[in-house]
Amino acid sequence: MSRTNEFAFKIATANGTGSASANGLIMQAIFRMGIPVTGKNVFPSNIQGLPTWYEIRVDKNGYTARTPHFDLMVALNPATYQKDGAEVRSGGWLMYDSTWPLDQKLVRPDVTYLGIPLAEMCNTTFNGARERILMKNIAYAGALAALLDMDTEIIRALLKEKYSRKQALMDSNQKAVDLGYTYAKTHFTCPLPIRLEAMDKTKDSILIDGNTASALGALYAGATVGAWYPITPATSLMEAFKSFCEKYRREPDTKKKRYAILQAEDEISAVGMVIGASWAGARAFTSTAGPGISLMNEFIGLAYYGEVPAVIFDVQRTGPSTGMPTRTQQGDLMMCAYASHGDTRHICLYPADPREAFETATIAFDLAERFQTPVFVLSDLDIGMNDWMIPKLTWDDSYRPDRGKVLTAEQLDELKTFHRYLDADGDGIAARTLPGVHPKGAYFTRGSGHNRYGGYTEDGEEYVDVLDRIDRKIQRAARAIPAPIIRTSPNTRIGLVTVGGCHSACTEALDLLAREGITLDYMRVRGFPFHDDVRKFLESHDLNFIVEQNRDGQLRSLLLLETGIAPAKLESVRYYAGFPLSAHHVITGVKAKLEKAA
Amino acid sequence: MTYITKPLVHHPALQKNALGLTRRDYEGTITTLCAGCGHDSITAAIIQAFWELSIPPHRVAKLSGIGCSSKTPAYFLREAHGFNGVHGRMPALVTGANAANGDIMYIGISGDGDSLSIGLGHLCHAIRRNVNVLYVLENNGVYGLTKGQFSASADPGSLSKKGEANTMSAIDGCLLALTLGATFVARSFSGDKAQLVPILKAGLAHRGFAFIDVISPCVTFNDHEGSTKSYAHTREKNVEVVQADFVLPTSAITTAYEPGSVSSVTLHDGSVVRLRKVDEDYNPIDRDIAYSYIRERQTAGEIVTGLLYLSPDSSDVHEQNNTVPTPLSQLAHDQLCPGSAELEKLQRGFR
Repeated sequence: MSRTNEFAFKIATANGTGSASANGLIMQAIFRMGIPVTGKNVFPSNIQGLPTWYEIRVDKNGYTARTPHFDLMVALNPATYQKDGAEVRSGGWLMYDSTWPLDQKLVRPDVTYLGIPLAEMCNTTFNGARERILMKNIAYAGALAALLDMDTEIIRALLKEKYSRKQALMDSNQKAVDLGYTYAKTHFTCPLPIRLEAMDKTKDSILIDGNTASALGALYAGATVGAWYPITPATSLMEAFKSFCEKYRREPDTKKKRYAILQAEDEISAVGMVIGASWAGARAFTSTAGPGISLMNEFIGLAYYGEVPAVIFDVQRTGPSTGMPTRTQQGDLMMCAYASHGDTRHICLYPADPREAFETATIAFDLAERFQTPVFVLSDLDIGMNDWMIPKLTWDDSYRPDRGKVLTAEQLDELKTFHRYLDADGDGIAARTLPGVHPKGAYFTRGSGHNRYGGYTEDGEEYVDVLDRIDRKIQRAARAIPAPIIRTSPNTRIGLVTVGGCHSACTEALDLLAREGITLDYMRVRGFPFHDDVRKFLESHDLNFIVEQNRDGQLRSLLLLETGIAPAKLESVRYYAGFPLSAHHVITGVKAKLEKAA
Repeated sequence: MTYITKPLVHHPALQKNALGLTRRDYEGTITTLCAGCGHDSITAAIIQAFWELSIPPHRVAKLSGIGCSSKTPAYFLREAHGFNGVHGRMPALVTGANAANGDIMYIGISGDGDSLSIGLGHLCHAIRRNVNVLYVLENNGVYGLTKGQFSASADPGSLSKKGEANTMSAIDGCLLALTLGATFVARSFSGDKAQLVPILKAGLAHRGFAFIDVISPCVTFNDHEGSTKSYAHTREKNVEVVQADFVLPTSAITTAYEPGSVSSVTLHDGSVVRLRKVDEDYNPIDRDIAYSYIRERQTAGEIVTGLLYLSPDSSDVHEQNNTVPTPLSQLAHDQLCPGSAELEKLQRGFR
């Protein structure tokens, strides 16, 4: 069985050994061969020594979702050897370090074993423990290059780019690649039946993770204040923002900063800083994960009721509590929609991949300022931290930020009196002012009861007046958030509905189901409060499968609560074990429900 | 109630400052605090300080947390933006606001519950960052709005209104600030406007975090026998304090009295607190001397007041960050967005 450009392999190592750079090298080399490729990093919440895996899926058709079926396992971690060996599909291959004998108990008759003395070769060739360990990883990349028929010139070029200023490192890396490559070429029939062949399918694409893309989005949207508290898997978002700012936000002559990044004492303070900065007129944001949102709840209510913009990137990980910090989930959908005590409802945006993460950032800042309210951008660990192949990002230079209704000194001059919470335009949005601009613009922002004039109140009617207007305002925002992505075909009575990072697995599943004669319409929700098209889609189908990555069916619950749809119309398909969703999960879930219904 | 507005028509003979404004122009709405509350005296001192410095009210932002003290920003500078945030977390709000616009003056009003309990962490880190704000902690040792629980500044052994003894040690805001590297540390007393106004002015002039702990007895919940914050107790103990003249942050402290001399202040209920000015051994620009002096006098049962510590080399959060002089909130989009050509170029690194 020969499969060109359509297979998956997995590399099992221990973290802290430098395998990431070898894995990145492999990914990039395949990508530069023009072949669609995705990488999923399955890593521990640890600094050194625990098992870590990197999964690479090569797919000529461009499917990017995780696949749980591996043709080749690079099993370099004895601690997980047995489990890793069991994951290879029947008829597949397993590469191991033959410096040590293969434990015969682990041998499967249906798997081909490829022993390469990586440690031995590297110990002979390189000096020092650290270099020997690092180069062992680069050597397996070299062996894979031979086994899968990677373009060695591309590898050479990549190493040259990476170590352009470190000649010695470049030489060691190239030597390690050659060691693995030559050994594999000499001892095995290369390439394997699973192999690569140059294509022309990636020239308009990039490889990027969602956190980097979100950070880039915040940079382009004009965010100037980032306040945060480090947390997996959101840390790399603010760190990427910082490095972009270092490059693009220094005043040319003075090198002074056109930004401020504040590492707060906790997430409570981080969101407080965002609210303070937005209140004073800057575009400000924080990046966090579920535990951070839990802490931020009090302040989020203040921003909602005091009507202060705030942009919160929530890179979701598994909960509850600490959960599995390095595993993915969509567990914060419900919390973000109604965060904080009392009656609240928040604008939430759900990007599906890094490209949307980039684009959503601008939308988030515009909506936050237009509607003077917190906006959540909910991605997840899979989107945020994994390498995705996406079409190149584009930017419209005519874009100007929507700063919302902010009165200028001139406008205030002309105004007789300014009342902060007066709905002068009848659209639910009252104009705001910034501190320091004009004496007439002064008002008191407060989380305590206030009336439409901005005064403190304990009068029930005055309180209800403001609270109801805020509700109207947020409900109206449903029209401004991105509409759902909908694909329908005539006479299809069943829909598949999903959100965020489930997209790639769902669309692949739909194609595979269609091949089996099961046709489903598709809707991917992109924001909350729900666009009216969401309700229409659900109503127009006899049955809707709601696919999401959490235990309790949070998207389904939100749809039930907000659209008034009959519960029987919404059938839940859930996967929440922490790995990125695969088409396999969707198909299995859908089929099981269909069989039950039949 | 706070929504009752005061008449804006003033006596024509009222004294005017350099901006042509009277003290009335620096007032806010009518206070809703208990009659005779120390906090109202602090509000009056704040009004006086801003007026004397001729600061345009709309160039100030006033922020607070939750509690009696935190209500007071409504009672001064009606032409300044106000932000009554959540309990204990004003330091976060003011840090963010200052990051966005460092061109306006910030005054933060807090209480002992706000600053020393629920928001203690935020206060500590705002001090560490040296955010440019005048931070006034209105300290009465008690939770007033919830009717009389001990706060973290209550002294060990002091009795609550219900007669319960406090068993825990007190958190002293000034000692805390000193250990955290605060660049401006003062303690004053709500009844001593003559001392407080110059300190407030110095705090406003200071670039960095100006921490002022103002003892402000609660007339309703902490003025009984057994309370170490009551007037009776104060009278009985004849607490001696240190008084400092108003100083500009760049000049040395000047005193009107001989070293070691004592002056007396009569409180509104007739009790007396004697204030002793800075003695010869004191050095307000030496953190360690300040710390040990305050601690030593505290052990002796005295409350040391005045501008206790002033760092000669304060560098605020913007100076540390090397931020551009234009407020970040006022930068034009084309100064912030690298544009499409740069995006194209940058993405070559993502292949």
